[in-house]
Amino acid sequence: MLILSIASVSFVFLIGIGLYWRAAPLFNENTLYSLFRSSEWAPSSGKFGFYPFIMGTLWVTLIAIVVALPLCLLTGVYLTEYAKSSVRRVMLPLVNILAGIPPVIYGVWGIFFVVPIVREYVAPRFTEYSSGYTVLTGGVVLAVMIFPILVSIVSEVLKTIPKELKDASLSLGATKWETIKKVVLKRALPGIIAATVLAVSRAFGETIAVLMVCGNVPVAPTSVFDGGYPLPALIANNFGEMMSIPLYDSALMFAALLLFVIIFLFNLVSRIILNRIEHKYSS
Amino acid sequence: MTQHPLISVKNLNVHIDGHHILKGVNINIPDKSVTSIIGPSGCGKTTLLKTFNRLLDDTANVKVSGSVLVSDEDIYAPDAEVTHIRKKMGLLSQRPYPLPMSIYDNVAYGPRIHGVRKKSELDAIVEKQLKDTSLWSEVKDRLHGPAAKLSIGQQQRLCLARGLAVEPEIILGDESTSALDPISTHKIEDLFVRLKEKYTIVLVTHILRQARRISDYIIFVYMGEIIEFGPTEEVLLNPREELTKQYVKGFIS
Ligand SMILES: Nc1ncnc2c1ncn2[C@@H]1O[C@H](COP(=O)(O)OP(=O)(O)O)[C@@H](O)[C@H]1O
Ligand SMILES: [Mg+2]
Repeated sequence: MLILSIASVSFVFLIGIGLYWRAAPLFNENTLYSLFRSSEWAPSSGKFGFYPFIMGTLWVTLIAIVVALPLCLLTGVYLTEYAKSSVRRVMLPLVNILAGIPPVIYGVWGIFFVVPIVREYVAPRFTEYSSGYTVLTGGVVLAVMIFPILVSIVSEVLKTIPKELKDASLSLGATKWETIKKVVLKRALPGIIAATVLAVSRAFGETIAVLMVCGNVPVAPTSVFDGGYPLPALIANNFGEMMSIPLYDSALMFAALLLFVIIFLFNLVSRIILNRIEHKYSS
Repeated sequence: MTQHPLISVKNLNVHIDGHHILKGVNINIPDKSVTSIIGPSGCGKTTLLKTFNRLLDDTANVKVSGSVLVSDEDIYAPDAEVTHIRKKMGLLSQRPYPLPMSIYDNVAYGPRIHGVRKKSELDAIVEKQLKDTSLWSEVKDRLHGPAAKLSIGQQQRLCLARGLAVEPEIILGDESTSALDPISTHKIEDLFVRLKEKYTIVLVTHILRQARRISDYIIFVYMGEIIEFGPTEEVLLNPREELTKQYVKGFIS
């Protein structure tokens, strides 16, 4: 066990170091600050500003969480607390099947379903023109993709809340819904955070679906109806053609490194939050 | 019976998953006294206790028939309001289950649910209940610290305080001392004896010595049926039924 965990941790570090090493040539020409803050993306003239891609990534991720989390919580609560056991027995395996659908299918669904809806119905209410290929679309598609895993983990977490804890609240005269809101969800919070992190980290990898519906414009979004260009999409889209342009490969490696660091930080921060909560409330 | 019964159970039958768990239970539990339910494990003690505040409602495949009157009100009547019924009883489970919040918020939880908003009022309730359960001096400096950080004995007294904060008439305890050390057990037992001035207390226990120490009446349950009910001394020292005799002597467990 120990050897395995050391191996996996050092593997993570090796990937990080490898990416850094391949990205290093980029640092000779650009300061880290300009890489992060500059919005200019013109590889052929040696301009590599990552700001749009970082922002594209964050927007899509945030929208996905904002859309998916409340729905998943409600679904999880329904399945574990309200649904008849017959419904539960059918629904949970079904949700797991959804989790197995390849990302490209979600992408196609996004193009033929979500993109037109955003273009025709949603965006016109708020803005003048939108192609429908927006960070909102990407966020919604990503939300649908993380939905199954999020629902199934959230349900697992909710199932672990002891019946006696709920009984304690009920026996004080709380209604079932009050009990769920004030006790069950509160107690489940660490697990819910962990589930979200896991789902999002995994979804980052499912580049293709998001790449198909985000528009892939290298400009930092300023509203949900702007297009965006998340880091994974940048890497996947340009990997083939990078050889001819100097430093392009380093730039893409840097994109990968950024993604790596973002996911790492994301996990780290949630780990810290989890520790805080556990420290405070666990018994 | 000298006292008026506070809980009156009439021909109560409980089926869970098609198993007949409680069989034609009739019992009158006297007001302002401690009544212990004893019997071998699996005989239906917990189930009987849970019928008193309708905690079986949320269990799947449960059928309850018959009636349970609390202060002459049938709690299984179609128009009975379940939150109102449960508010009348504090429940103390086998292990303490503090709510995932601070000590203060645990005690204030019930009153808040029932509409108490004013901080001064909540402060007063919290202080009173913690004093009544002899916790105040131990926790008054960390009221806003997590309840989970208390020792298990303190947690159980906190759960009692939490239950008392909704001003119940009845306290239900399900082997509430079985997870506690002897000193904490004594504290809880003392509290029960003190609290029966104001409350009707029904306890499930499998410790005969405990039943003897603190209860006024004893109900002996065997395989879902009430075998014997009477004053503590009579049931334990001079049982009428053969089964009770065997259980008290330790032949059945
Ligand atoms: N939720 C349930 N589902 C199925 N069977 C149950 C459930 N609760 C209790 N029982 C059964 O009812 C019987 C009595 O249980 P219980 O009241 O917990 O006994 P005791 O508290 O006296 O040990 C046991 O045989 C138990 O298996
Ligand atoms: Mg029991």
